[in-house]
Amino acid sequence: MSAQHDARWFAGGTIFVLCAVVLGASIGPAGPDWWRVPGELINRLPLIEFNTGVSDAEWAIVWKIRMPRVVLGGLVGGMLSLAGATYQGVFRNPLVDPYLLGAAAGAGLGATVALTIGRGATADWPIDPVPTVAFVFAVATVMVTYAVGAAFNGSRSGVTLVLAGVAVVSFTSAIQTFILQRNVEAIREVFRWILGSLSLASWADVRLVVPYVAVSTVVLLFHRRHLDAFRVGDDEAATLGVSVARTRLIIVVAATLGTAAVVSVSGLIGFVGLVVPHVVRLVAGAGHRRLLPLSLLGGAGFLILADVPGRMLARPAETPIGVVTAFIGAPFFLYLLRTRRVGG
Amino acid sequence: MSTITFSDVSVQYGKKRVALSGFSDSVDAGEWVGLIGPNGAGKSSLLRAIVGLVDSSGSIEIDGTPLDQLSDRDRAKQVAYVAQDPLIPDDMTAYEYVLLGRTPYISYFGSPSRTDRIVASDVIDRLRLGEFANRLLGQLSGGERQRVVLARALAQQAPVLLLDEPTSALDIGHQQQALELVTELRRSEQLTIISALHDLTLAGTYTDRLVMLHHGDVVAVGDAADVLTADRLGEIYNVCVTVDVDIDELGNRQVVVVPRRGFPAP
Repeated sequence: MSAQHDARWFAGGTIFVLCAVVLGASIGPAGPDWWRVPGELINRLPLIEFNTGVSDAEWAIVWKIRMPRVVLGGLVGGMLSLAGATYQGVFRNPLVDPYLLGAAAGAGLGATVALTIGRGATADWPIDPVPTVAFVFAVATVMVTYAVGAAFNGSRSGVTLVLAGVAVVSFTSAIQTFILQRNVEAIREVFRWILGSLSLASWADVRLVVPYVAVSTVVLLFHRRHLDAFRVGDDEAATLGVSVARTRLIIVVAATLGTAAVVSVSGLIGFVGLVVPHVVRLVAGAGHRRLLPLSLLGGAGFLILADVPGRMLARPAETPIGVVTAFIGAPFFLYLLRTRRVGG
Repeated sequence: MSTITFSDVSVQYGKKRVALSGFSDSVDAGEWVGLIGPNGAGKSSLLRAIVGLVDSSGSIEIDGTPLDQLSDRDRAKQVAYVAQDPLIPDDMTAYEYVLLGRTPYISYFGSPSRTDRIVASDVIDRLRLGEFANRLLGQLSGGERQRVVLARALAQQAPVLLLDEPTSALDIGHQQQALELVTELRRSEQLTIISALHDLTLAGTYTDRLVMLHHGDVVAVGDAADVLTADRLGEIYNVCVTVDVDIDELGNRQVVVVPRRGFPAP
């Protein structure tokens, strides 16, 4: 209930993320002994100087290969989970994930287009066009969903918008399948992208998504009170003076921008956006004041950790992170469901 | 206390279905008006038009100010609305729910102030919900939930309270408790109340004045004794009833509407 109680939860969430970062930076197939890395991380902080026995070459592996991956994992996991919690709240539907209105299907179509039709034209470009095309398609698809929903009076009812999302997602997937079927040689590459991965993460990717994640996060955190009002229904919220259609639009736009940005660099990592918010609800309650920040922190820590076995299990090949998230997350979620009453 | 004036208020769904046509009336400050009539008569449409949940034509004024000139938040400070079947999140505490009633007083990016928390706690105490404040709504009984919903509406501190079938989900004991509570609050909070009520006995007994609607038109207005006649009920509801209206020794009106065997032919 109290602010003091909240602070304790947020401190716990932050510690969880820090532990995940240290673990994620320490473990990998090459590089220094894992137990030397935490010390070296502290050593690299300003004003602290001691010898941990990590060479500059080894540190380069930690800093240039592992750290971007860890940071990007944190951004992607946190954003997907925050967006998932938000979508579930604004549509009052526990089965909703951040891909509901077409962000994932659009990004998938964009990536498919870039990897098939666009491949020849962009082969010698200095930068990879896939993330940008995926991002543009993701945003455009959600806009189409919103336009369709609004045309059927979806601004009054969240349900219409969800149904419009279902229709637009099916349509988008159909186009994607059609393109793939005519470009069979690209199937492997497209599926590798769709399965989602952090393995090629660079600081450039981090810099690309940080602004979107930051803006989206700030906007969503400022709407926690409105999301609580949505819990009593659109009509009730309206009689309490909430401008339902406008507020929902702002929330959905913010969540979608962040989702589209992270999806365009990481591919479609499932499960995080659906289940992490539910886990948070089970342990910390359903009020959005606590739910949103904890989903952000929990999703960040969870995806950083889920990425660790992915790089170790089937060396030198990578296990797709989406496989790991579901493999660890699903049993854990079922365990929580069984042992704790919802909201108890 | 506030007066509500309706001039030629109509509500239409789609092109064809007219739910309410040309409703005009004036509800005095502190008055409790009961809307009665068969299903689909337009009772809920009228209430929903007042809070802007459905589009309506004509004008609705509170103390001379047209409601459509108020912002959503300002309107919510004037009129509190309790839906027929409110969505009650199981995993929200009673206190959090009541605090939502303070929404119109909180700026867009603001959070509940000390005053908001005091008002919410105060309402909870007055409705004798103190022991439930930190309980989850899913753990409360139907009667307790109804009181929590009423508490949320009172936390809005609006002079006008709209109740859409406030007793439909309750057993006879809790129906009486809820309406006695509304009676008490109306005096202590000086509320103007408009409520839709299916139960004619309760409507006649508790409200000051009845407005009977049928297919969107007003068919009778006035005191229970004038509106609730066996002939009219037979005609409008297609039932066979006995009506008994009596004033008890305390001056309270007692209305009894009892169905009789012998269904009239349509």
